Amino acid sequence: MTDKTQNICRIKNNSVIGLNKIPVYSYANFSGLVVEMLSKDENHCVNYFASPCKNGLRFIAAIADDNAGDIILLSHILTSSEPKQLNSLTPKITALHIFEREIFENYGIAFKDHPWLKPVRFPHDRFDRNLKVNDYPFYKINSHELHEVGVGPVHAGIIEPGHFRFICNGENVLHLEIQLGWQHRGVEALMLEKKQLLQRVILSESIAGDTAVGHSLAFAQLMETLGDIKISEQLMVERAIALELERTAVHVGDIAALCTDISYGLGANIFAILRTGIINYTQSWCGNRLGKGMIRPGGINLPFTNEHKEHLLDVLAKFEFQFVELAHRTYKLSSVENRFDDIGTVNEELIRKIGAVGMAARMANVKRDIRYSHPFAGYISYPIEPVVLPKGDVFSRFLLRRKEIKRSIAWIRNLLDNYSFDTPSGKPVNEIVLKPDSFAISLTEGWRGEICHCALTDETGSLIFYKIKDPSMHNWKALELSLRNLEISDFPINNKSYNLSYCGYDL
Amino acid sequence: MLEEIKIIIHNGKQFITDPKNVHLPEPFRGRPVISTVKVDENKLVELCPVSAISANPVRIDLGKCTFCGECAFRFPEKITFTTDYKLSTNIPERLIVKEGENLPIEIDREAIRPEIKDIFKNSFKLRQVSAGGDNSAEFELNACGNANFDIGRYGIEFVASPRHADGILVTGPITENMAEAVEIAWKAVPEPKVFILCGTDAISGGIFAGSKALNREFLNRIKVDLYIPGNPPHPLNIENGLLDLIGR
Repeated sequence: MTDKTQNICRIKNNSVIGLNKIPVYSYANFSGLVVEMLSKDENHCVNYFASPCKNGLRFIAAIADDNAGDIILLSHILTSSEPKQLNSLTPKITALHIFEREIFENYGIAFKDHPWLKPVRFPHDRFDRNLKVNDYPFYKINSHELHEVGVGPVHAGIIEPGHFRFICNGENVLHLEIQLGWQHRGVEALMLEKKQLLQRVILSESIAGDTAVGHSLAFAQLMETLGDIKISEQLMVERAIALELERTAVHVGDIAALCTDISYGLGANIFAILRTGIINYTQSWCGNRLGKGMIRPGGINLPFTNEHKEHLLDVLAKFEFQFVELAHRTYKLSSVENRFDDIGTVNEELIRKIGAVGMAARMANVKRDIRYSHPFAGYISYPIEPVVLPKGDVFSRFLLRRKEIKRSIAWIRNLLDNYSFDTPSGKPVNEIVLKPDSFAISLTEGWRGEICHCALTDETGSLIFYKIKDPSMHNWKALELSLRNLEISDFPINNKSYNLSYCGYDL
Repeated sequence: MLEEIKIIIHNGKQFITDPKNVHLPEPFRGRPVISTVKVDENKLVELCPVSAISANPVRIDLGKCTFCGECAFRFPEKITFTTDYKLSTNIPERLIVKEGENLPIEIDREAIRPEIKDIFKNSFKLRQVSAGGDNSAEFELNACGNANFDIGRYGIEFVASPRHADGILVTGPITENMAEAVEIAWKAVPEPKVFILCGTDAISGGIFAGSKALNREFLNRIKVDLYIPGNPPHPLNIENGLLDLIGR
C-alpha cells in the first residue's frame, strides 16, 4: 500500500485505510508532493478537504492516478496553536482553487496568494456567519464602456437557483462569474446527525435528484467498504445497468433541451419523449422514474430478474431505432451544426488546468472516466471504453452525448447477452458496523462525471466526517470559461451543454 | 421533409389521452394502504427515516413520506403501496393515510378560497421557484410539459416571470439562502394568486426537516392552496393536482 522509496500512500477505489496509515507531512512537504503529483497528466485531484481532528485540522488530498488505477493519499495537520494561514497552491495548480476556497470558507484558513479566495456555497456552519449569500464579492472592471448583467438566483424556467454575473462590452461577454450556494441544505452535516442507515441512504439519493443512482451508489459502496460487506457479482452488474440507464436518460433529455434552445422542434419533442421510455423502464424496475429506492447498501429490494432483462432488451431496441433515426437527421442538419460548432470552446490545456472531469473533460480530449480508470461495480468484469472527442465546443458536448448513449446501450446489451440473472442479488442490510479510526473513499462515474464520497470514522466506528464531491465542483469553471468572448445570447446553449448541478455543488 | 415525416410516423402518438385514468405498472409507489393486521407498531414507527409513520392507529403522513417503500418491504402484511398516483390535496389532514381506510386523496373544492376558485379554469400560469430542491421535482415538472403529459393543452403553463404568473409553485425544503428570494417572487405575483408546495421536501422538509440550513418561516405566514406530495411527485400526480385545483 505504501511506496517504500517515496513513502507515498496509494489505495484503490472503494477501499479503506487506517487514519494513522495516511502519511502526515509538514505543509512544505505536503505542498511539494501535491504540486509534483498534480503536474503529471495522468493525475488529477479527486478531492481535497480539511476535517477537524483532536489537535486541529487534518487536510487530506486524494489524487487519482489514471494510469495505475490508484488513489494517492497525502495529509497535513495544522494544529490549533498554529496561525490560520497557509501558502496557497492555486497559483501553481489551478484545479485546487475551489478546494482551497471551500477550506477557507469552512474554517477561516487564509490561503496566501490565492487569486480568488471567495465563498463557495455559504453553508450554515461557515466560519464567517456575518457574510450573507447576498454579499458575494463579484469581480468588477471599472470602465464606463462596460456594463454588467445579473441573472438569478431565480431563472426564467423550471430550474434551480444560481446567480450569473456577466461583464459585457456591448453584446460581447468579457467575463462570467457564477455564484452558487442558494441550494445549500446541509447534506454533509445531516450525514453525521442522522444516525439511521436508511436516513443516510435517502440523503444520498437527494444530493442531486437527477443523479440519484450515481450518488447513492457512491454512498452504498462507501458503507460496504467501511463495513467490510461483500456483495454478489449480480448486484454489481445490476448497479452498473442502473447507472447506464440514468446516463442514457439524462443525456437524451439534454439533447432535447439543446434542440429546444435552437428552436429545432422535432428534436426538442421527440428526444424528450424518448427519455420517457427509459425512465419509465427504471420505474417499472424500482418504482421510481429517477431510480430512487434502487440502490441500498448490501443488496437490493427489487432485484433485476430475467423478466426484467427481456423487457429491457425490448425497450432498448425500440429506443435505439428511434434515437438513431432522429439523431441521424438532427446531427447532420446544417442549421444545428452552424449554431453549435466553434461556440464555447474550452481547449484541452484549459480543461486540464481547471481539473475538469467526466463529460467536460472527455469533450476536450481528456480521457477521464472512473469506469475505465478506477473500475467499480459491473465495470470490473465488463470494462467500458470511454468516448473522447477532441474539440471542446458546444457541438462536442452535444455529440458526446449521442456517442455515449450509443456506447451505453451497446454495453448494456453485451452484458445482458452474457449474463443470466438467476442468483439472488442479496437483501439490503439494515445496519452496518463501521471500521473504527478509518478513512474510506468511493468514486463512481455519474452521467456528469466523477462523483467522490469520503468518510472518516472515530475510535468507536461512528462517522465523524463525510465529504461529498459532485463533478460540478470542478466543472462550473468550464462554463465560465466557455462564455469568454461569446455573445450573451450564447449563454443558454452553453449552460445546457454542460447541464451542471446546483444542488450537488451546494450540498 | 420526408425524413421528418417518417420520424414522426415511427414515433406515433405519444400523448396520454386521459391523465385522470392511467394505469401505472407496479412497483410504482403511489398512495399507501394500511391493513388492520397487528404488527409491532414501535418497530414500524422506528424504521421510517422521516418519522412519517405514527402508531395507534397506524397512520402515514404523505407530506413527510419519501416513498422509499421500506415499511412495505419489511411489513408487507401491514403496508402496501398502491399505484394510485393522485395524491394532491388542499387539506393537510387528507395527506394522512389511516389504518383500515382505502380512500382516494381529493381536493376539497369548498375549501378553495373564493377569490381563486374557478377564475383560473381556462388559463393558469405558474412561476416555479426551486428553494433547495434536488432537481428531481424540477425534472418532473419539466416532464409535465413534454409531449407525453402535455399539460399545456389545459392552459397550464410555467412562465418566466412572477409578474406574468397566477401563482408560485415551490420545490425544495426552502433553504435559508433562498428564503428571501421565495418571498420576493411571491410578492411580485399580482393578486389574486395561488401558493403551491410541490414535493415532500417542500411540504415538510422531507429528509432535510430539522436541518440548520433551512428557513421555513415564510410558510407560517401564508395560506397553502395545494400540496403535491411525492419524492419526486409523478407528473400525473402534479397534473391531476393542478387540474383539480382549477376545477377541470
